[in-house]
Amino acid sequence: MRVSRTALIGLPILIALPLIVHLLFGGSEKYYLHLLIQILIWSFIYTGWSLMGRFGLTSLGHGAFTGIGAYATVLLWNYAGLTPWLGVPVAMVIAVVVALLVGYPCFHMRITGHYFALLTLALTEFIRLCIVGLRDYTGGSLGTQPRRYGDGVSLYAMQFEPDRVLSYYIVLTLWLVGLYIWWRVDRSMDRFALDAASQDEEAAASVGINVTREKLKVTAISAAMCALGGAIYGQYQMYIGPDTIAGLSVSLNIVFACIAGGLWVMLGPTVGAVFTQVLSEVLRVSMQSSVTLQALFGSAVLALDTLIYGLLLILFIIYMPKGILGALLEKREKTSSAPTPPSRAVLR
Amino acid sequence: MPLLNVSGLSKRFGALRAVNNVSFAVEEGEILGLIGPNGSGKSTTFNCIAGLYTPSGGSILFEGAEIAGLPANRVCHKGIGRTFQIPRPFRNLTLLENVALSAYFGQDRGATRANCWRFAEEALALVGLPTDARAVTDGLGAAALKKLELARALATQPRVLLADESLNGLDHSEMEQAADMLNRIRREKGITIVWVEHIMGVLMRVVDRVVVLDHGEVIFAGPPKDAQANARVVEVYLGTETDA
Repeated sequence: MRVSRTALIGLPILIALPLIVHLLFGGSEKYYLHLLIQILIWSFIYTGWSLMGRFGLTSLGHGAFTGIGAYATVLLWNYAGLTPWLGVPVAMVIAVVVALLVGYPCFHMRITGHYFALLTLALTEFIRLCIVGLRDYTGGSLGTQPRRYGDGVSLYAMQFEPDRVLSYYIVLTLWLVGLYIWWRVDRSMDRFALDAASQDEEAAASVGINVTREKLKVTAISAAMCALGGAIYGQYQMYIGPDTIAGLSVSLNIVFACIAGGLWVMLGPTVGAVFTQVLSEVLRVSMQSSVTLQALFGSAVLALDTLIYGLLLILFIIYMPKGILGALLEKREKTSSAPTPPSRAVLR
Repeated sequence: MPLLNVSGLSKRFGALRAVNNVSFAVEEGEILGLIGPNGSGKSTTFNCIAGLYTPSGGSILFEGAEIAGLPANRVCHKGIGRTFQIPRPFRNLTLLENVALSAYFGQDRGATRANCWRFAEEALALVGLPTDARAVTDGLGAAALKKLELARALATQPRVLLADESLNGLDHSEMEQAADMLNRIRREKGITIVWVEHIMGVLMRVVDRVVVLDHGEVIFAGPPKDAQANARVVEVYLGTETDA
């Protein structure tokens, strides 16, 4: 595995980031670390989604997988006393089984495009309704918390939230694992098969590709990653609710962020996470603390940041279909020396 | 025993009988021409053999084993490769990736990752396309796209190649080259070829036998010379100089 220049420079910076944050923002260190942790968790989840999304499998069902990951882990801990070290793998298995149960008929019957998006959207809603309906266990729409195990950090209960620096390094490792999975998939022959199938399923099948199996493989990996991301989110936040880690808003956020960052490049989902998390935070803080805006809009100012966030995302999707990173890389490629196209005479 | 034996093959689309009780056999090492007017059922027959359509009736035996109804990828693994009438390249992949993909997935046990690139280079070189890893499909002419289709099918290491209108859209010299290439593939690789074609002059020069379809039924099977002399074939398909 060749380590790129970006990784050689970027990784030491990321490792040193808690120290940099401490030096630059001593007083509000916890807040900025929290923001970084959020970005890394969501980057991992977005990377998981992009494994499928880049091949035209636009799933709106990944809110279900993050929800399954978070809720299964917490419920197994709260009610069965099962340590998250076992609960998380169980949650991932459940997410994969659900993904395969929904994916198999979809892929076998060649349900793609809008229909696939709608079907997966129904899955998200189904899981959300299950969470709300089982309120005696899940806390319904109010959400629930993992039972505290001691006061501080607990390895056994996988509770690391009190130590933000430790939390940062845990989610940094998680994010790196996500990038490694993306890299492995990108360099596998399965990537070529999925690329081919996303263009022409019949032609792909005619050269021996089992299209259904290839799609199921990537779906299983994607669902497992999102379930893991959801579980780690729950363990870090120490609170899970149907609107924060399951449900349609989570699914839509995943899709928007991936498209905004760039679907076809490894760091695209991460750029999407940085963009969406920072943008929503900046808008929230600036809008809600503005006296002028409060005078103009009253309590409606609370929704103003979400409105502007949505509008900006729409504009990005329209004018930057390859995403921020995709567009930047394309621009750089155009300005640098382009590969010599093969001779037309040879290709006739 | 014939390598490929189609027997009583039928395919209905609702009330339309696209293929009706079609039977023919393909012997190992031969080039069989499958001809007929538009709508005669040639492509439907091809698609039934290749696994894109499930036949409504009949059997398709390959090396003595039933393959009717198998999905396309399994048919490919059995040793039947195909090209499409209108080339269907994977535009988001390079030429080499297009063909390496076929080499990797097209065989039952699968080529190793290292081998599949070698197979791909060999197949591209055989059809006369560049093996440069950067060569892309954008801007390829009709002849190059046909060659890519052929290379992709050959990389699956087939025993039978189903070639669907390989001359369509080519100029005269390209047609001659394409026909010579099919002949060379048969000779050098020992691949049996079933060839659907409309360009009769070139086809008749190369094939060993022809099967003529009309309205989904076989109306003639035999050597090309006999087909040209057969009154029914002339009437429904070949025509006479007066007709022209």
